Amino acid sequence: MAFINGIGLISPQKTAEIHGFPAEITGYTADYLKCIEPVYRNYIDPIQARRMSRLIKMGITSAKLSLAEAECTMPDAIITGTGLGSVEDTEKILSEITLEEKFLNPTPFIQSTYNTISSQVAIQLKCHNYNSTYVHRTFSFESGLTDALMQFDEGMASNVLVGGIDEMTMNHLHITRRIGQWKMGPVHNLELLKHHTPGALPGEGAAFFLLGKEKTGSSYARLLEVKTSFNLNGSFKPEFILPCFLGKHDITVHDIDLVLLGVNGDGDNDPYYDRFANHFFPGKPQAWYKHLCGEYHTATGFGLYVASNMLRHQHYPEIFQYNAFNPSRLKNILIYNHFRNVNHSLMLVQGIF
Amino acid sequence: MAQRIFVTGAGIISCLGNNLQENLASLLGTKSGLGRIHHIDTLLKDDLLVGEVPLSLEALFGLAGLDITEGYSRNALLGMIAAKEAAANARLQENPGLRTGLISATTVGGMDQCELYYQDFLANDTRNAYIDSYDCADSTEKIARELGIADFITTISTACSSAANALMLGARMIRTGKLDRVVAGGCESLTKFHLNGFNALKILDKEPSRPFDQNRAGLNLGEGASYLVLESEESLKKTGNLPLCELVGWGNSCEAFHQTASSPEGTGAYLAMKKALEVSGLKPEDIDYINAHGTGTDNNDLSEGKAIEKLFGDRIPYVSSTKPFTGHTTSAAGSTEAIVSILCIQQQAIWPNLNFKTPIEELHFSPVTNLLPNHPVNVVMSNSFGFGGNDTSLIFVKI
Repeated sequence: MAFINGIGLISPQKTAEIHGFPAEITGYTADYLKCIEPVYRNYIDPIQARRMSRLIKMGITSAKLSLAEAECTMPDAIITGTGLGSVEDTEKILSEITLEEKFLNPTPFIQSTYNTISSQVAIQLKCHNYNSTYVHRTFSFESGLTDALMQFDEGMASNVLVGGIDEMTMNHLHITRRIGQWKMGPVHNLELLKHHTPGALPGEGAAFFLLGKEKTGSSYARLLEVKTSFNLNGSFKPEFILPCFLGKHDITVHDIDLVLLGVNGDGDNDPYYDRFANHFFPGKPQAWYKHLCGEYHTATGFGLYVASNMLRHQHYPEIFQYNAFNPSRLKNILIYNHFRNVNHSLMLVQGIF
Repeated sequence: MAQRIFVTGAGIISCLGNNLQENLASLLGTKSGLGRIHHIDTLLKDDLLVGEVPLSLEALFGLAGLDITEGYSRNALLGMIAAKEAAANARLQENPGLRTGLISATTVGGMDQCELYYQDFLANDTRNAYIDSYDCADSTEKIARELGIADFITTISTACSSAANALMLGARMIRTGKLDRVVAGGCESLTKFHLNGFNALKILDKEPSRPFDQNRAGLNLGEGASYLVLESEESLKKTGNLPLCELVGWGNSCEAFHQTASSPEGTGAYLAMKKALEVSGLKPEDIDYINAHGTGTDNNDLSEGKAIEKLFGDRIPYVSSTKPFTGHTTSAAGSTEAIVSILCIQQQAIWPNLNFKTPIEELHFSPVTNLLPNHPVNVVMSNSFGFGGNDTSLIFVKI
């Protein structure tokens, strides 16, 4: 268990540099939802920033924003999750070496390594403490959170910085469209559920959280538990493990006030969410968020931001409503996500007021 | 009393051999596996010395016990071979009731095939099976399916310390009671991508590397995969496995100096080793041998050397880098060298630091240059320090 004491989020919504939900929702037709980025020179020395890839700038900035909110200057651990790392740098190198193997500039190579975010954040802070990076699809951010929560259990940390970050490029979209993950053309993010065709709308984002042992004036909520489940042979259902997952904190399904689903507009995959949610929470508020950030391996970072703000402000904005029910109380929020019915994850977040 | 972590299985494929016994034979025979590149079509073929596994993709399928099929990278096959050996040694399949995890490490992922077919991906639909297998998670999930592991799986990428961090996470998950046993390690195949990347950084030696030598000129890349099976004491009672040794200490620290270089004092290295000692409850003088990261680069060997001197003072244990044997297997180095360290304990021998002639001027110690067979070895420290300053140190003891 740890308190969420600071959040930094760069996303396709106007979330950077504010606390809480933006006043205005950003909606448009696109092949993928692109981050609304802040002016980086306010956070990173411009000379250093000039040499940094986009992903690194996003990562450092959102990390700094979360640290600033939590008033923490030196975390005891820095942990990042990323599914694909710097796609931009990887593509640069691939184009060079696959057309004519003449590769001379090492900078994109270094920046293409997955641990570059965690390491660049550490360099910015001169932080010699524990540092790691997880790179497992939609388990990446959750693995980081699992590691972070363990640091508190072990008595190794008072503050842990954990983030989830991924970017999208047109090139990568073009390639991955071939394997059926995405919508085949542009769609309007706020109309995702209107047609519910196969494929998701891609997105991107950088979400960093400063988790703390102690409650502070900036605390949003408690992160109680995180679990990832790998559907080894196709027979796994999250229903099997939910009671036990909740039971660790003396909570039952009846105590859950709202379930936040990773529904992403993919007509093939969203039925898994419906089945799970209707099994345990038919009369409860079911919410979603991926129409605002798109789908990407670390999108549950955006989800955790949403749950945290709902709990802190005791507010359930209409934009998140997936079904028509309103919460009678906002204390326990369950976040559920899956990727192709293979990678399932649960997060339990609890309000502190 | 903290939960003890036992090593009950080891599996490895490298340029030294296709399994544990073959790797051991090469070490005992002081036979390096470095040579020319044969299985990657690169312009650097004739320039570089590498630790390549001397098997084609087809041969790797055979060794992995799989039919040749699309969507399998060289990396995934190497991982499969080593993980299966480790699992078989620890009789994983015979004891299904235990909470078992798989923590694998890689940075290249399925890049060896992706770089072959990248232009196809852009232009047409003929190589779609390889699009999915590009990322780091692919090999881990393939191994998890093969071994039937579902309780916890993840993939770590912290450059050259990746597999050491996988072992550290595995140990922590057992110690905190989340898992009973873990298959942990890493896999990394050679790719045009990182051969060119390292070459652009100008840290590759065209000759066999000379760790800790004043005239060292860089590293030789290697490939391979290696996994350990870690078990809790409770798990050991149920499986009845005989442990190879015990994992008693682990430390992770960040250099936080520069993306590709360590500080001259080796702060990250020093802190990682110090933390590992703290976790183990041991003192510096208890360490018999350090299997150093020792890449043969200007920067690493001096920083690591300085860090060792600072931590061990006048009582520096035996030190050697075995990278001249295996090459630098990057994301698999941490577990490959953990196995090399464990073999020291098993064999009661210390492996030499090949190719060494002249001590580094700024350091006061030299590495071991001859094989020391029949030498008491009770406690071994294994170091893995990566780009980005991700430094990890592990300590193994004889039981």
